[in-house]
Amino acid sequence: MREISVREAIRDAMAEEMRRDESVFLMGEEVAEYEGAYKVSQGLLKEFGPERVVDTPITEAGFAGVGVGAAMMGLRPIVEFMTWNFAMQAVDQIVNSAAKTRYMSGGLLGLPIVFRGPNGVASQVAAQHSQDYGAWYAHVPGLKVVAPFDAADAKGLLTAAIRDPDPVVFLEHELLYGESGQVPDGEHVAELGRARIVRPGRDVTLVGWSRGVSLALDAAAELAEQGIDAEVIDLRSLRPLDRATLLGSVQRTHRIVSVEEGWPSCGVGAEIMATIVAAAFDALDAPPQRVSGADVPMPYAAHLEALALPLSETVVRVAREVCYTDV
Amino acid sequence: MAVSKPMEGGTEDLPTLPNLETRSSASPEPKPNGREQTTLGLPPDVLLDIHRRMLLLRRMEERIGQLYAMGEIGGFCHLYIGQEAVAVGMERATRPDDPVITAYRCHAHMVVRGAAPEQVIGELLGKAQGVSQGKGGSMHMFDPARNFYGGHGIVGAQVPLGTGIAFALKYRKTDRVCVTYFGDGAISQGQVAEAFNMAALWNLPIVYVVENNQYGMGTAVDRASAISELHRRGESFGIPGREVDGMDPVAVEQAGQVALEHARSGQGPMLLEMKTYRYRGHSMSDPALYRSREEVQRVREERDPISRVADLLVQSGVVNAEGLKVVDREIRAQVMEAVTAAQAMPEADPTGLLSDIYADGS
Ligand SMILES: Cc1ncc(C[n+]2csc(CCOP(=O)(O)OP(=O)(O)O)c2C)c(N)n1
Ligand SMILES: [Mg+2]
Repeated sequence: MREISVREAIRDAMAEEMRRDESVFLMGEEVAEYEGAYKVSQGLLKEFGPERVVDTPITEAGFAGVGVGAAMMGLRPIVEFMTWNFAMQAVDQIVNSAAKTRYMSGGLLGLPIVFRGPNGVASQVAAQHSQDYGAWYAHVPGLKVVAPFDAADAKGLLTAAIRDPDPVVFLEHELLYGESGQVPDGEHVAELGRARIVRPGRDVTLVGWSRGVSLALDAAAELAEQGIDAEVIDLRSLRPLDRATLLGSVQRTHRIVSVEEGWPSCGVGAEIMATIVAAAFDALDAPPQRVSGADVPMPYAAHLEALALPLSETVVRVAREVCYTDV
Repeated sequence: MAVSKPMEGGTEDLPTLPNLETRSSASPEPKPNGREQTTLGLPPDVLLDIHRRMLLLRRMEERIGQLYAMGEIGGFCHLYIGQEAVAVGMERATRPDDPVITAYRCHAHMVVRGAAPEQVIGELLGKAQGVSQGKGGSMHMFDPARNFYGGHGIVGAQVPLGTGIAFALKYRKTDRVCVTYFGDGAISQGQVAEAFNMAALWNLPIVYVVENNQYGMGTAVDRASAISELHRRGESFGIPGREVDGMDPVAVEQAGQVALEHARSGQGPMLLEMKTYRYRGHSMSDPALYRSREEVQRVREERDPISRVADLLVQSGVVNAEGLKVVDREIRAQVMEAVTAAQAMPEADPTGLLSDIYADGS
């Protein structure tokens, strides 16, 4: 084990896979000479050269399509979006080309490609640069959607995503890049599609992913002081959704609160609630609840932004509600 | 007949191309080696091959149109009738290992690449042995084993995909070239310009072929493109362009050879504008009210690629009218057989509904 940042973990996963497999390459805006707008690809150009670490023009639809075309020929592109906000330009290629081609071809043509970059809220950059796209991509059959929280998962899940034969949307988080954590030495591959119980507990399940896990963990610590033992689940994968782990947890705790940065309407939390209500209704001692971003475009001013973000205090309040501690 | 002309002010000085401008020319000159030649200077077997291949596409698409009218085919169905010279001429210029990608008007491109007509028709009929097992339909057909990469329903999206294929060819240091087709309507998609830029910037081995059939659905090309010379749409990226008589399979083949050689020798992308025409509506549901019957009739009479090659074959004494009828009968029989075989295929299996979403079969 050694302690590295999430940023380094992502870089290491890419570097190790590029060493292991010549068909892996990285493309995107500012990935090579600038070493990434968020400095994620440090050292890669130097080690692998401009043929495998490719600076693209500012042309998201175009280079996403180029990545998909390269994957059609069996290469394993890692397509970096400077942030997922800009990938809106490329949604057509991600959804219509990458996700659907295997199916439309009756299984003849698979696409091993990773689309990755920072997702979710950032600090005071306002509506067009601060948004969670988890639910958008989790909606799409043919995509796998992964959102790591800690450094070990950033490395293990990205390694798995690069080796995966299908298109993977890999949602990183700018506010987590600098967080450090213990990462196993040498090759580290995690399994896609599995949630992880980060903190076992008896009284209420808090489920989040990416930065939502950090809110849930903070809330759980606070709740513990108040005598409530919360279980925290890191979803890690939004598609496929690890329903078994969620249901198992609710069978034990009988209460669940989801935490996400995205908008509530048709969000991942909504999918979790539907899953629980449909499959574990009798196990519930309280209505399942969501904590999400406010249903507004992200405002700029710090005090307004704070009102639009999910906070660990909100998670604490909602968890107490479902535990009926305030009645 | 339109003369192929090099792009004015282009970056490359390409040779002008000969073409099929020979319908009324003098009788064949015997070649010094004594081998029989047609008026074009092409051996008769070459012209016969071109004729046969185009006729197969024509008869197959006609039959597909009938099956559609009978309700056996659903959804959108875009026929290639009128444009056969482009697919056949380009196919003759490419190597089998050169990847090809196009849009939804793809039945003919599948077949010239070597896919069996019954597999294409089977797909249209929603059969288990259709190329995509009934999951793709008319617009989404793939044959990667024969280097055909679809069959794409989003106008213009196949252009970055083809550019990515070319990226992979270069990455792997091959000498293969990707041929990427799109329409006169598609050329105005932003991602086409994005792809042109990257292809030129990275010197990718790709030949862009715009099949200018004069219309994008009901919009005539001069109502959609600020300049009507579509071969010049790559100019701002330094991509040399060439206008080609897309109703002349020989002109297409020769232009294709020049462009493929250009790309194969490491000189980067080229853009070929095939001046062609579709005789049918945009899709089966289009009554084509935006153009006159006379316009269609005139093209059929004056420029039809199959008639032109047939006339040439007769004029140069390679076959007579009776011989052409025999060929047509053979091809009609081949298409009928394909239809019968496709109709006999079992329906696509309902269990297939949930497979091929991911590699593990789920
Ligand atoms: C992105 C997108 N916009 C619109 C359509 C609907 N549409 C299908 S074909 C077509 C016309 C395309 O014309 P052109 O590129 O000239 O190709 P052609 O049909 O003539 O072969 C349109 C507008 C689509 N499929 N995709
Ligand atoms: Mg057109």
